[in-house]
Amino acid sequence: MSSTPADDQFYREYILDHYKNPRNFGRLENPDISHEEDNPLCGDVIGMEFRVKDGVIEDVKFHGRGCAISQAAASLLTERLKGLPLDDAKKISKDDVLGELGIQISPARIKCALLSLKVLKVGAYGLAGDDEEGE
Amino acid sequence: MATASRGTRLDVATIRKDFPILETGIAYLDSANTSQRPRQVTGAMLEYFEKFNSNIHRAAYHIAEEATERYEGTREKVRAFINASSTKEVIYTRGTTEAINLVAYSWGRKNIKKGDLIVLTILDHHSNIVPWQILAAANGATIEYVDIDERGELRLDQFHELLKRSPKLVAFSQVSNALGTINPAEQMVAAAKAAGATVLVDGAQGAPHQGVDVQALGCDFYAFSGHKMLGPTGAGILYGRRELLEAMDPFMSGGDMIKAVRIEGTTYHDLPWKFEAGTQAIAEVIGLGAAVDYLSGLGMEAVRAHEREITEYAYEALSDIGGLTLYGPPPSRRAGVISFALEGIHPHDLATIADRDQVCLRAGHHCAMPLMTRLGVAATARASFYIYTQKDEVDRLVGSIKEAQRIFK
Ligand SMILES: Cc1ncc(COP(=O)(O)O)c(C=O)c1O
Repeated sequence: MSSTPADDQFYREYILDHYKNPRNFGRLENPDISHEEDNPLCGDVIGMEFRVKDGVIEDVKFHGRGCAISQAAASLLTERLKGLPLDDAKKISKDDVLGELGIQISPARIKCALLSLKVLKVGAYGLAGDDEEGE
Repeated sequence: MATASRGTRLDVATIRKDFPILETGIAYLDSANTSQRPRQVTGAMLEYFEKFNSNIHRAAYHIAEEATERYEGTREKVRAFINASSTKEVIYTRGTTEAINLVAYSWGRKNIKKGDLIVLTILDHHSNIVPWQILAAANGATIEYVDIDERGELRLDQFHELLKRSPKLVAFSQVSNALGTINPAEQMVAAAKAAGATVLVDGAQGAPHQGVDVQALGCDFYAFSGHKMLGPTGAGILYGRRELLEAMDPFMSGGDMIKAVRIEGTTYHDLPWKFEAGTQAIAEVIGLGAAVDYLSGLGMEAVRAHEREITEYAYEALSDIGGLTLYGPPPSRRAGVISFALEGIHPHDLATIADRDQVCLRAGHHCAMPLMTRLGVAATARASFYIYTQKDEVDRLVGSIKEAQRIFK
């Protein structure tokens, strides 16, 4: 109860910042790829839209609603995706996303943290979501 | 136990001593999800495991007789608790979900025909929606949902309009798990019966908090779960009117539900065992019996009065918080459930912050996604109360909410 936002183990300032001011939030006109996924736990939805040129993600935006963890994770992910070759984006792992969040994610919240990665994988690559693995 | 209820007032301090888990320091505000279980319940189960663990109905030795007696003993306790006219009308299931599926399968497949109407409500839990959707799709029936008004109460005008279309089945919850709305069940059952419908009441949130008299209620089926009323998981009840149950085919089939199996065919067992195939959840059913004893000892009126007091206290406390939206009816018209949302703070984040203060809070759609869609939210936070809830736990919730608001300011 006595922690301040700055030293909060979970709600670090940058997480809250990404939540309140999400980067790349919105829609793209005529996206090359567009996909949405729900978090069955809470009904949250995240969608992503991509513009791809010569195998490189030229632009990406996300939309939807969710908790601080899912929104911050999505925001951080889009920052990383912009300008990235598709082949490199393909290699982004769960550990990469969790590492970037930089906080201990409890099992109850892991789906929130990985929702945007699932959108990326299922949407952009047509991969089956293997969201049960490692939880 | 005898001292835990004085007249219509619960002695919560005494009750709490029966719940060892509360000594861990948690403020458990998720009883609508699953309740805690007192020593009397776990003790009854332990006694079975340690003193007469054996299968029921099958063996000739004395511990099996004891197990069978305890297992069947629960049936009479439940019969009395819900005031069914016979133990033949009390079917053990794993819980509400299985009970409703049993009806959808064994009654529904035979009786719901192409073009028939099924009436549900937007307040219903997924377990009282999905089985009917599957049945409707299989048999070509249609489903209509009674809407709610701005207070989260069913639109009875709409309900009565739908009844004019002579629905074959009407199914609704006695109490909403998501908003706590207490539906006017007796009035609704009477109207639906008068319109010629078969009526199922989902009592998952009714039986634990209000109790029920199924004969006075007049429904055809009533489903509830032991784990929401101090019992263990894995044991619940389907009450059904005898004529209907007699005419229904079995749901699960195999051992125990038969009289004789021959290669030419099988004759089914009498009620209630016709619906209880295979080795049952014996310890859990025995635990459920102890839970019913515990609640009966307190008296459902006292249970309801305590919940109402806590709910009024919590409603007032939460109303005072800025940026907090409360969903559902005023406290006098709801059970011990409060759903709410905080501006700019997702319910999940609130639940995580509350968890750090050992406040157990539910965040999500509460298995009522159609209702969430109707309310225009993805999720709410929900606090729910039971016989052991005290005001200081509500105060701790208020503390967690303020902490969340400070972090997210
Ligand atoms: C109103 C209502 N109906 C049905 C259920 C399903 O009960 P169970 O999961 O025990 O089968 C619940 C439990 O959440 C409920 O609250």
